[in-house]
Amino acid sequence: MTQTSTKPDAATGADAAAQPWSPRIVAFVCNWCTYAGADLAGTSRLQYAPNVRIIKLPCTGRIDPLFILKAFEQGADAVLVSGCHPGDCHYTAGNYHARRRWGLFRRLMEFTGIDAKRLFFSWVSAAEGQKFADLINAVTDEVRQAGPFDPTNPARKRPWT
Amino acid sequence: MARVGVFICHCGENIGRTVDCAAVAKAAEAFPGVVKSVDYKYMCSDPGQQMIKDAIRDERLTGVVVGACSPRMHEPTFRRAAFEAGLNPYLLEMANLREHCSWVHEDRPVATEKAIDLMRVMVEKVKKNAELRPIRVPVEPTALVIGGGIAGIQAALDIAGGGKKVILVERSPSLGGHMARLSETFPTLDCSQCILTPRMVEAANHPNITLMTYSEVTKVDGFIGNFEVTVRQKARYVDPEKCTGCGACFEKCPAKKIPSEFDAALGNRTAIYRPFPQAVPNKPVIDAEHCIMLTKGKCGICAKVCPTGAIKYDDKDREVIVKVGAIVVATGFELWDHSAYGEYGAGRLEDVINGFQFERLASASGPTTGEIRRPSDGRIAESVVFIQCCGSRDPKRGVPYCSKICCMYTAKHAILYRHKVHHGRAVVFYMDVRAGGKGYDEFVRRAIETEGAEYIRGRVSRIYRRKDGRLVVKGADTLAGRPVEIVADMVVLADAIVPQPGASRLAQMLGVSYDEYGFYSEAHPKLRPVETAKAGVFLAGACQAPKDIPESVAQASAAAAKVLGLFSQPELEREPIVAKVNEVTCVHCRACIQACPYGAIEDKEIKDSKGNLIRTVACVNEGECQGCGTCVAVCRSGSIDLDGFTDEEVLAEIAALE
Amino acid sequence: MTTPIGYYPGCSLHGTGRELDQSIRALAEVAGVDLREIKDWNCCGATAAHSLNHDLAVALPYRTLALAEDQGLAEVLAPCAACFSRLKGTAVRLARDPKLAQKMTEITERPYRGTVRILSIIEFINRLLDAGLEAKLTHPLGGLKVAPYYGCLLARGEDIVDDDPEQPSGMERALVAAGCEVVPWNFAVECCGGGLSMSKTEAVLDLSDAILSDAEDAQADAIVTGCPMCHSNLDMRQRTINAAGRGPHDLPVVYLSEILGLAAGIEPERLGLDRHFVDAMRVAERMTERSA
Repeated sequence: MTQTSTKPDAATGADAAAQPWSPRIVAFVCNWCTYAGADLAGTSRLQYAPNVRIIKLPCTGRIDPLFILKAFEQGADAVLVSGCHPGDCHYTAGNYHARRRWGLFRRLMEFTGIDAKRLFFSWVSAAEGQKFADLINAVTDEVRQAGPFDPTNPARKRPWT
Repeated sequence: MARVGVFICHCGENIGRTVDCAAVAKAAEAFPGVVKSVDYKYMCSDPGQQMIKDAIRDERLTGVVVGACSPRMHEPTFRRAAFEAGLNPYLLEMANLREHCSWVHEDRPVATEKAIDLMRVMVEKVKKNAELRPIRVPVEPTALVIGGGIAGIQAALDIAGGGKKVILVERSPSLGGHMARLSETFPTLDCSQCILTPRMVEAANHPNITLMTYSEVTKVDGFIGNFEVTVRQKARYVDPEKCTGCGACFEKCPAKKIPSEFDAALGNRTAIYRPFPQAVPNKPVIDAEHCIMLTKGKCGICAKVCPTGAIKYDDKDREVIVKVGAIVVATGFELWDHSAYGEYGAGRLEDVINGFQFERLASASGPTTGEIRRPSDGRIAESVVFIQCCGSRDPKRGVPYCSKICCMYTAKHAILYRHKVHHGRAVVFYMDVRAGGKGYDEFVRRAIETEGAEYIRGRVSRIYRRKDGRLVVKGADTLAGRPVEIVADMVVLADAIVPQPGASRLAQMLGVSYDEYGFYSEAHPKLRPVETAKAGVFLAGACQAPKDIPESVAQASAAAAKVLGLFSQPELEREPIVAKVNEVTCVHCRACIQACPYGAIEDKEIKDSKGNLIRTVACVNEGECQGCGTCVAVCRSGSIDLDGFTDEEVLAEIAALE
Repeated sequence: MTTPIGYYPGCSLHGTGRELDQSIRALAEVAGVDLREIKDWNCCGATAAHSLNHDLAVALPYRTLALAEDQGLAEVLAPCAACFSRLKGTAVRLARDPKLAQKMTEITERPYRGTVRILSIIEFINRLLDAGLEAKLTHPLGGLKVAPYYGCLLARGEDIVDDDPEQPSGMERALVAAGCEVVPWNFAVECCGGGLSMSKTEAVLDLSDAILSDAEDAQADAIVTGCPMCHSNLDMRQRTINAAGRGPHDLPVVYLSEILGLAAGIEPERLGLDRHFVDAMRVAERMTERSA
């Protein structure tokens, strides 16, 4: 799993090769802050890029690093982790555990050859609908600039646009 | 073999406008394991729910995915429907097609594709879902009410009246709070003490209420239904069992010049004192800081004059742990300190006072027996200027919010003053008059139109003391567009309402969130104004935001109703989202025990039939586990999992991304 | 303090406020500070320029700032409160608004990179105290009761002055160090009439009378100011105020630098104390030699 700028192999890339590339972002969010912030973006009718798929967990503390690796394995170009602001964790300290974990996990990513810039972190509270929309747009833009992570991955059946 | 039903809601046009719901249902039909897939205008309506129930029975579904609004909105609705149809409610999941899709995208094909993805993810998850049973925890049917002002008294009386036990904790030596200090109340001018003191006595005598005055909460452990609260009972130095409240002690106490908290420092008290004559309990305490015996070791007069030997100079603070099922926080407010306003004398001008001080002057039981005498020399104030919004609505030096009650109590002060000093001049400087409330605007109009208060719209730029001791108040009349200068004997500042000092410390103990000023945050500003984000902790009165008496009382009764509702069942049902240890693979590294923010994981010894220890493993206390899953992510041997969000379920979701 | 500090006397210190100039220079000498007058400085514009032409009001101080920068001065003392307010206010605006800075560069045909820091008389004196002047105050004033008067400009402008605009305290440390007792009074930041001195003298008489009366009510032996305009209204106009049937007042009005100069043992004449309209030499009589 290394980054490559070569054209995807038509045989393995299935439908993806036929269609233009667009970022695939998997977001792991906590139930109490960021999921609710995304809900608020919805109720406020804030438009943002359709390139994100949200996976809800109770807390960022629940996120096993394996989930992130699996998301890349499943064809993600980037992974976003977002939870409650420091000090505001619904479970008191889960987000601190998560933050410490990412510090170490980044090094593992670099070791495995995944550019750590493909892993995004943010704090979005339940009141920050605009911040959520802005965040998704910003991450999508950044990933668009960086290009696909593994365009030959057969898990990529079609672009997320 | 999984048999999943998919139900796509149009939400009227909310989803249907952007997402082709029929196409989503059609696509979902092809997902492995899906045996039924339909779309409908309003899935949450009765016929919609009936469709789900019928399908569960007819198709013998083992899982349901509803593609509709946010699960925060209707997950309980649909799970109830599933339960009624005989399906374990935790085998139903929702995909958020509205807030996370139709409302945030405009392009119909794009939104439809994304909706299909969201459905596929949830279908894969629900296939891995396990049946879960709600966890039942016992409820200790005793409430703790923190704060003995009108809100706390009301909440305590209502809960006690509902047949449940209450522990009422008050920091000061007496119940009553700020309301006991007021002279009359707006907009009816009833005497505050006359309506409050019977309630205080009722609370003290109620068989279901345990009163803990001169006490503070120092520690809160546990969770809804099962809190363990540590209360520090401060040393009173007077044995309440022996004391008869005769008052001989404070009549003879030689330390007499201590500013009275109750009289807002306009009067004095002794070192052994009761805050006011109607105090409940009506038994004095010794203020250790000022008592000559306790500071210098000599005096002892109170012990000599006490006929029952109730004085105990060797009394000590005591800590008591109480078990309660719910907590009502009613810690009230304080007034902002106007010494930050240099132009109003920086707190140095004796005759510039705050609203409480005016209340005490106007009160028949106050230091001037109800005569409006200025503090500096005791002369009757012939002219009084009232300034509203002192500190309120001043983001720079005060607080940005409106303190809500000041317009009303200033009108009341002006009326009371005019009743007491008929020839006196009452001038009110205001920014706006905000008198929303039953009979409130009429009351302000009465102050202006029939009671002769002069209302000037504008701010005061400076107050200073003239050589003759009177105050010069310079300001602007912004309606007339000219500067005004008024010579007054006294100025009453309507200081902003701020939380009690220490409010944020208590909030941290309770796990309640609070805003940037220290007011406690309700769970939802509109629909859950009494609850907090911490289950089992409720709010009453001005600790949440500035409030007047009727609002505080109403919220207190609402909090009491919530507590009684909670106590109506002996056990409490909780979402079964808790961690579970696989004892076979656990290697007892204790990483989870250290990571758990709730101390919910303990060591468990596994013994053979003879009682010999075989090995030790981690064990989750279901009652205490809140379901964050931090332990799962730190487990090195993969021996803990979180019900509702198992590794298998989450990985199935990820694998469903195409 | 070896780095030279720039010195911007402005028009007052060469005219009606000569005592201020003299006392500051004398004090700087005692403290061992090298004050360097900016070469070719021009008028700050004061009240007149900004009521007529906003560009002019910025261009005038801009030129002075640019000169100071060009002459290698990192800090410039502007003792007159109006000059200080104009120079510091301009520096703040230029830092905030690069377009304005560009425009000024074009108008004055001089570059300015924004490196000059402007000091008020209060900041300057506190700086001297930090740098060792405190130990040289060998002649404390024996509890002289003073009313510190900040007027409109030495406490106001939240980007300009770092003090509470309604109850400033910037002068207090220096006054206490000089052996004075600061009396609490009401008019420390009220208007003296300022620039209306010539055009509406009547208004100045009213306003300055109120200030003098309040200081007297507070039992002050003297008013202490840092502004030559305030000084001339309160000192020079005192006789006129009395003649108009107010008062009568007889209250010395002295500069902060004069008080500090006296406490440092500088002869009153060298500080210009003999040049006041209302006899200020009596303040000098309060000097007591500290037995070290």
